[in-house]
Amino acid sequence: MKTIKVNIVTPDGPVYDSEVNMVIANTTSGEIGVLPGHIPMVAPLKVGAIRLKKDGQTDIVALSGGFIEVRPDQVSILAQSAEVSSTIDLERAKEAVKRAEERLNLSQQDDVDFKRAELSLRRAMNRINVYEGNI
Amino acid sequence: MASLRDIKSRITSTKKTSQITKAMQMVSASKMNRAELNAKSFVPYMAKIQEVVGAIASGTSDSGHSMLKSRPVAKTAYLVITADRGLAGAYNSNVLRAVTNAIRERHTSNDQFVIFAVGRIGSDFFTKRGITVIESAVGLPDQPSFADIKEIARKAVGMFTEGTYDELYMYYNHYVSAIQQDVTEKKVLPLTDITPSSATTSYEFEPSADAILEVLLPQYAESLIYGALLDGKASEHAARMTAMKSATDNASELISSLTLQFNRARQAAITQEITEIVGGVAALE
Repeated sequence: MKTIKVNIVTPDGPVYDSEVNMVIANTTSGEIGVLPGHIPMVAPLKVGAIRLKKDGQTDIVALSGGFIEVRPDQVSILAQSAEVSSTIDLERAKEAVKRAEERLNLSQQDDVDFKRAELSLRRAMNRINVYEGNI
Repeated sequence: MASLRDIKSRITSTKKTSQITKAMQMVSASKMNRAELNAKSFVPYMAKIQEVVGAIASGTSDSGHSMLKSRPVAKTAYLVITADRGLAGAYNSNVLRAVTNAIRERHTSNDQFVIFAVGRIGSDFFTKRGITVIESAVGLPDQPSFADIKEIARKAVGMFTEGTYDELYMYYNHYVSAIQQDVTEKKVLPLTDITPSSATTSYEFEPSADAILEVLLPQYAESLIYGALLDGKASEHAARMTAMKSATDNASELISSLTLQFNRARQAAITQEITEIVGGVAALE
């Protein structure tokens, strides 16, 4: 089966680098699947998970936004933070959820704080989901 | 001439000081190595993001994104990266001098610019002079991660987009080598110096080039700031290492000259004692 090279890089260094059969990503305009030989493409990503299929098994990486760059032989994903499911700190994510929920209850709907709390809640929930593998 | 005991105590205290500076030098050396590694692991991200930004910029030459367009400058922002502590030679003062000079040349009143300060030294410096520091990030760890600087970077980029100021410059020490760090001024926003990449790959944009620029450009600008911080941190540790090394060298020089003085004084005391004894014996005969 044909493979495609995948790089996930963050400002803190590379997170994932491997050959896979298929990449499934959540872009802002919907979910896409990328197979080897895809035409060159760039798309922004939502806070969510990247699924990387390789020889029947699936690696999952949690992303907080960023974008995906596709070339026929290579996929690069640039995000401000990314974690492979096995390296996620579940305790921290759960605490972040609690904090964000508290802030959501305190602040007004149209506040900047509200939006920020909402975003961090989404990121933390995403981490927990990826950790537990229910995407 | 100082008494034997005075010299002795000065030697002891100088030795203690040199032990401390020696330890600090070694700590900084290892931190510098780590900081260099951090800066290196950031390179692939930066290279990639530059490549994509270049490709998009070359594909859509007349993009109307506000971060790419220069506009008449009414207010300028300076992001100044200093250390939290001193004892790093001219590291902090070089950056602060460069900023102060630039401000004096370009502006006539304090309303024409604002400061973002990274590092306690810089933040205190400007606050003391009555200059507005919009936001400061102090107490950053020695090996900062992107999350540590995200807040201030996002704010610096966001306020440009909102139109609070029309230019954003960055001042930091660029790490050249362990013994050389250059103060660097870099224009972050507007992003006018994006070089279109020569790569012939023409991308499909999903959903559109503008929507991608909307995500990509802030991320790009924020990573420029993070890159400068990593660079600055490596310079800081290098500068501190050099400063502590010369302090240690000076201390050992001082110790050797004091030891010489001590020996001379001791010899003089002995000679004097002998003379006194000889004199005493002569008087008895």
